[in-house]
Amino acid sequence: MEQQQETATFGMWMFLLTEIMFFGGLFCTYLVYRSLYYEAFVQGSQKMNVWLGATNTAVLICSSLSMALGVRAAQTGKPKLMVVLLLITILFGLGFLGIKGIEYHEHWENHEFPGQNFHFETLDKTPAIDPAHTEIYFSLYWAMTGLHALHMVIGIGLVAWLVIAGLRRAYSPSYFTPVEIVGLYWHFVDLVWIYLFPLLYLISKKHGGG
Amino acid sequence: MATAVQTVERENYLNSNYGLKSWLLTTDHKRIAMLYLMSITVMFWIGGFFAMMIRLELLTPPGDLVSSDTYNKLFTMHGIIMVFFFLIPSVPAVIGNFVIPLMIGAKDLAFPRVNLLSWYIYMAGACTALFAMVTGGVDTGWTFYTPFSTTYSNTHVIGVAIGIFITGFSSILTGLNFIVTIHRMRAPGLTWRRLPLFCWSNYAAALIMVLGTPVIAITLLLVALERAFNIGVFNPQLGGDPLLFQHLFWFYSHPAVYIMILPGMGVISEIITCFSRKRVFGYEFVALASIAIAVLGFLVWAHHMFVAGISVYAALVFSLLSYLVAIPSAVKVFNWTATMYKGSIRYDTPMLYAFGFIGLFTVGGLTGVFLASLSIDVHVTDTYFVVAHFHYVMVGGMVMAYMAGLHFWWPKISGRMYPEGWAKLSALLVFVGFNATFFPQFVLGYMGAPRRYHAYPPAFQPLNVLSSAGASILAVGYVLPMIYFLWSLRYGELAPPNPWNAVGLEWMTASPPPTHNFDETPVVTWEAYDYEHQPQEEVTVGH
Repeated sequence: MEQQQETATFGMWMFLLTEIMFFGGLFCTYLVYRSLYYEAFVQGSQKMNVWLGATNTAVLICSSLSMALGVRAAQTGKPKLMVVLLLITILFGLGFLGIKGIEYHEHWENHEFPGQNFHFETLDKTPAIDPAHTEIYFSLYWAMTGLHALHMVIGIGLVAWLVIAGLRRAYSPSYFTPVEIVGLYWHFVDLVWIYLFPLLYLISKKHGGG
Repeated sequence: MATAVQTVERENYLNSNYGLKSWLLTTDHKRIAMLYLMSITVMFWIGGFFAMMIRLELLTPPGDLVSSDTYNKLFTMHGIIMVFFFLIPSVPAVIGNFVIPLMIGAKDLAFPRVNLLSWYIYMAGACTALFAMVTGGVDTGWTFYTPFSTTYSNTHVIGVAIGIFITGFSSILTGLNFIVTIHRMRAPGLTWRRLPLFCWSNYAAALIMVLGTPVIAITLLLVALERAFNIGVFNPQLGGDPLLFQHLFWFYSHPAVYIMILPGMGVISEIITCFSRKRVFGYEFVALASIAIAVLGFLVWAHHMFVAGISVYAALVFSLLSYLVAIPSAVKVFNWTATMYKGSIRYDTPMLYAFGFIGLFTVGGLTGVFLASLSIDVHVTDTYFVVAHFHYVMVGGMVMAYMAGLHFWWPKISGRMYPEGWAKLSALLVFVGFNATFFPQFVLGYMGAPRRYHAYPPAFQPLNVLSSAGASILAVGYVLPMIYFLWSLRYGELAPPNPWNAVGLEWMTASPPPTHNFDETPVVTWEAYDYEHQPQEEVTVGH
């Protein structure tokens, strides 16, 4: 049993490695365009609602805590506590998606979605930039956060599945592999956001320079 | 024959259960390998059909059979189907799936259900891509270069890109399964230094699948998003950089060449040592060369972009790194040759294919060194020289290895022998047909014939006719095995557990193996490929 758990955990780590490469392609693209069009990226990032982003970061960190405690509860044989903690994790996850939805709505209203209706006014007292370059910033913003949100949706589904199994007392200290590997996945998705937040929201408060 | 009769009466993975459901819901790695075999064979014939249409069009200088638009779609769909839906899954998902658990003395792969899932994902991706092809096709070339693919092409780019995106996950899951299996499921005593080279090379290929495939997945997703939602990542009108697409694409697609060739090299290592009755020369070097190829393979992608506008210094570095890959590849070729030296060579069909592999792969590899050098590459970029080069590696190398492996393990897979005479004939036809098809293309390319055109100057006709004639011989060479393999399922001679008198755990169980592979978990106390100390004609245990 222990060997099976180690095998499953090893498999999950390998999968997370592929996820790193998956997001890695996007981060690499981000890196290239940020260095090419730094000023446009600064101006794009100033359209972000930093407070909502920071709140969401806090929400996700709390969800990781409840997830970690949930795994611990499964490990120490407290199935009721585990179910409660996992439900809290789901709530945090849904909260994150809700706040993200508000932000998406704002960007949509302000024509900050790439395509024909994209519109971007260069801010006052700032160096003139090509609005097209901020469109690349917003393309990457939507692609990266959208893909992250999709991972959140999948994660919430997986935790919900654990809750259902947990209600049927499927896990015990001798078998809680699924809880552990879903936990790994959840922390990974959290970690991606920890990088996305500063890269997209906090590029610079100042204009110019490098 | 007494043993053979006894073997057939045993319950095995084929007769343990009948009915469609027992196949579609199986978690047995051997049955999943068969599902893959059937699916990729279908894809091979579809891709082959496109190839035949291309060769028919090129019989005459003017574009008379198909329009240039149709021709663009033909070579695009030929490339996409052959690369993503046949070559990449061929040896790993069919032969690797079947024999790796047997080789390491395991009951199954580490994650049997994930293995089945990977086949369903493959089918979903293949059906999506095929549907997009049937309803209109795609004309971007298998490389999907931007901005043509994102902005200008009026074909079904999104559907095909999504199909490849989906199939990528089946490749990732197979690679993940192999890595975990080889790490954790080896039989007692089967140390890394005793691991069959086929497992080593599949392990190396699995590393590339796991690390490279996600990058092409995200890249093609960006292309699809760019077309669907006007997200402008590669769009030059917004200041996007089409070269970035090429970097991301080749970051996977060059290592993908090694996903295709490494498992093939593993097959060849197994066959050369078995039919030479000698231990592989320099086992450690062959094993580590696989890993070296996997690692170096990630550092050479920009040699596809020498004329695309990268800086001359970057090109120099990538040229140098590309030369380096030749070293582990050459190590393998030299070690195979040295293995045969003073061996007692038998000329059975798998060995004939293996000979073909070594010769053709060497030609393909050496012309790769030509292409890695900057000055020659500038001259032959986008000519038939490149086409000939990668077909020598992909078809002359990988498909030869796949055929070699199918013949080698067919008795284990089906429990029947194939007809040796017909098989030898097919090996010969494939070798002759292949060279007649693709050698003229080296010459054409060197003379300056550009690839991807449906019309050409009359001066190029003789070589094109030769190439098309060769392709028809090649086609016969591929149709024959299809017929006699099917024939052998019913009429073939019953196969003993170890028809080749080979070492390796997969030969120590019945042919075909029982569902659980081994009656008792084998314990390995001998070194890999210990042919010198092998007792004559008696290596099977149990049965």
